[in-house]
Amino acid sequence: MIEKKVFGGLDKKVLIHIYELMVKSRVLEERLIKIYRAGESFFWIGGPGEEAWGVPLGLLGRKGRGLEYDFFHLHYRSTPTLIALGMTMLDATRLMMNRVTDKSTGGRNFSGHYCFPEWNVAPVTSPLEVQYPIACGTAHAQKRAGKSAISIVTGGDAGTAEGDFASSLILASRRAQELPLLITVQNNKWGISTSYEGQHGETNIADRAKAFNIKSRVINGNDPVEVYLCLTEDMAYIRKTGKPAFIEAQVSRLYGHSSASGANPVMTEIDPVKEFERALLKANILKTKEVKALWEEFEAEGVLAAATARSEQVSASESIWDHVYAAGENADWRNF
Amino acid sequence: MSNMAQAIRMALHFAEKNYDLKDVFGQDVGAPLGGVFTATQGLKTAWNSTLDERGIIGMAMGIAMTGDRCVAEIQFADYIFNTLDLLKIAGNTLWCTNGQYNLPMTVMTPVGAGIHGSIYHSHSFDAWASRLTGWKVVMPSNPLDAYGLLLSCIQDPNPCLFLNPKALMRVRGKDLIPGEPLNEKDLKAMIDAPIGDRTKWKAQWPELQEYLIPFGKGKITRSGEQISVVSYGRHLLLCTEVADQLKSEGYSIEVIDLRSIYPYDWQMIKASVKKTGRVLFVNEDTEVTNFCEHLSYRVTKELFYELLAAPRVLAGKNLPGIGLHPNLEDNSVPQKTEIAALIRKICAEAP
Repeated sequence: MIEKKVFGGLDKKVLIHIYELMVKSRVLEERLIKIYRAGESFFWIGGPGEEAWGVPLGLLGRKGRGLEYDFFHLHYRSTPTLIALGMTMLDATRLMMNRVTDKSTGGRNFSGHYCFPEWNVAPVTSPLEVQYPIACGTAHAQKRAGKSAISIVTGGDAGTAEGDFASSLILASRRAQELPLLITVQNNKWGISTSYEGQHGETNIADRAKAFNIKSRVINGNDPVEVYLCLTEDMAYIRKTGKPAFIEAQVSRLYGHSSASGANPVMTEIDPVKEFERALLKANILKTKEVKALWEEFEAEGVLAAATARSEQVSASESIWDHVYAAGENADWRNF
Repeated sequence: MSNMAQAIRMALHFAEKNYDLKDVFGQDVGAPLGGVFTATQGLKTAWNSTLDERGIIGMAMGIAMTGDRCVAEIQFADYIFNTLDLLKIAGNTLWCTNGQYNLPMTVMTPVGAGIHGSIYHSHSFDAWASRLTGWKVVMPSNPLDAYGLLLSCIQDPNPCLFLNPKALMRVRGKDLIPGEPLNEKDLKAMIDAPIGDRTKWKAQWPELQEYLIPFGKGKITRSGEQISVVSYGRHLLLCTEVADQLKSEGYSIEVIDLRSIYPYDWQMIKASVKKTGRVLFVNEDTEVTNFCEHLSYRVTKELFYELLAAPRVLAGKNLPGIGLHPNLEDNSVPQKTEIAALIRKICAEAP
């Protein structure tokens, strides 16, 4: 268990920081679900249960814009990573409520479909797994730039059935043309309503990477310390060698697939936030009073974010023609 | 004069040198082959991808996401269909991200029939491509236009689709590409890879100059008063030939090379149809929901009271593919005799 590892030797400040971000991400997601339930949004999908994976990922990536920084090709359960990168609750809420102020999509897309070019966060897409070969493209350009930056791609276990997943394993591992790519799968053992057993014959998804001579492992994605240590090691390996690495992180899915399946709490799976919280309390790194105050603080921030977003304008109907082409070039055939 | 394969090669070289084009890639695009049509021989940045169309398009999107410019080739358009959702995403990325990520990438792919290419080397893609919003789509009919359109694609900040008619890849043009040597044998000696061992061969590039054809600008290849014939790619040549033949019968035919499928030159079509009152659109993609049906619809809608005859579309028959035997191919895509017959019929119509 976490306590036995003495938190992997991580500094107390790092542990608390990880915990705070995990709580923040959870509170935000629960606030977004409430917004959906209140009829203020059409759909919710997100990442409760992936905090222990996503927060260390966001903290450890080299954050910035351009080829000397890491690229993040994320899936729609990546709120924890975005929170760790610095996204505000308000920005996620604006996306959820289709406000014109929504930086990621301008009110055009679902929750969780983030896009932050200032941190090299590529747009999250609804089609599963397309991010895998796209990540090979950014990794290719990063390798050419020679700044030891890497590309990171995340996705679910069910999506690995798509051919794009296999494409990335092949493209990243060609001899003498390897790519600096961290290929990851967050295995929550579900594809909407279909179980892992119903979709997979392989023992571990990570075994598929081994066939391409890619450094590969399965980790407990509900343990933020294990995640932090593994990511640190694998990111360093990729930066040093220019070769890919593969991590299968076994995670929870705590509110089902999305609002379409009810977005109700799932009590039978491990809650990584509560697990980590208990461990920190037991180790006297946190006190109960501090924990309570932290949840309350983020809860208040979430309420304020919703109120602020609610007061802002929604996307204007005439904006549908914006950004079809770059630089405002006309795309409407009626005006050719 | 160069052929279209050489023109494409020269455009790619010019872009490597002057536009910071960093990757030209696809199946067999790099050495030693330099493309199945030789259009990428001798290029500094050309490399061989895996045999994986989705991998090619996905990588192109990623490269473009970093701001680097690339040209990705799908060896034949017949094999582009499994990338449709990636093309869709490439086209909608700027829009979906509220203007935050543009993808300056070009995809080029040979299209159409005309080389006895059987079912899977004869597909057209222009009608499909016209539904890929966010893309600019072009299709040249001659080497100079191929050069100018490809350079415009590479320079553009949006995803661009360059459809090269495979039957025209060895056809020489009538206009020199700026910087091209006068003697085609000299050009061949400079930029065509030798047969056999190519390990020590390097292209000797002429001093090429920039030549850009703007998107959405067609070209009138024959002026006329009686009917407007609008086409592009391989069939533009057929339409021009027919116009010349029918001239001896007294027909006055205006032929428009659209060049750019989206955006398209509506002002040129409109001015021409207003003048002639009759219009025929010709291409070889399948006829049901053909791109030219949109153009025909627009003519009907906007110029109805100026028409002397019903607008027509002559396109490939709505078949699953192009059969290999010439009897099958010729009966699947428009032939000169059909174009001529339809022109005569439209011109005979009176309101």
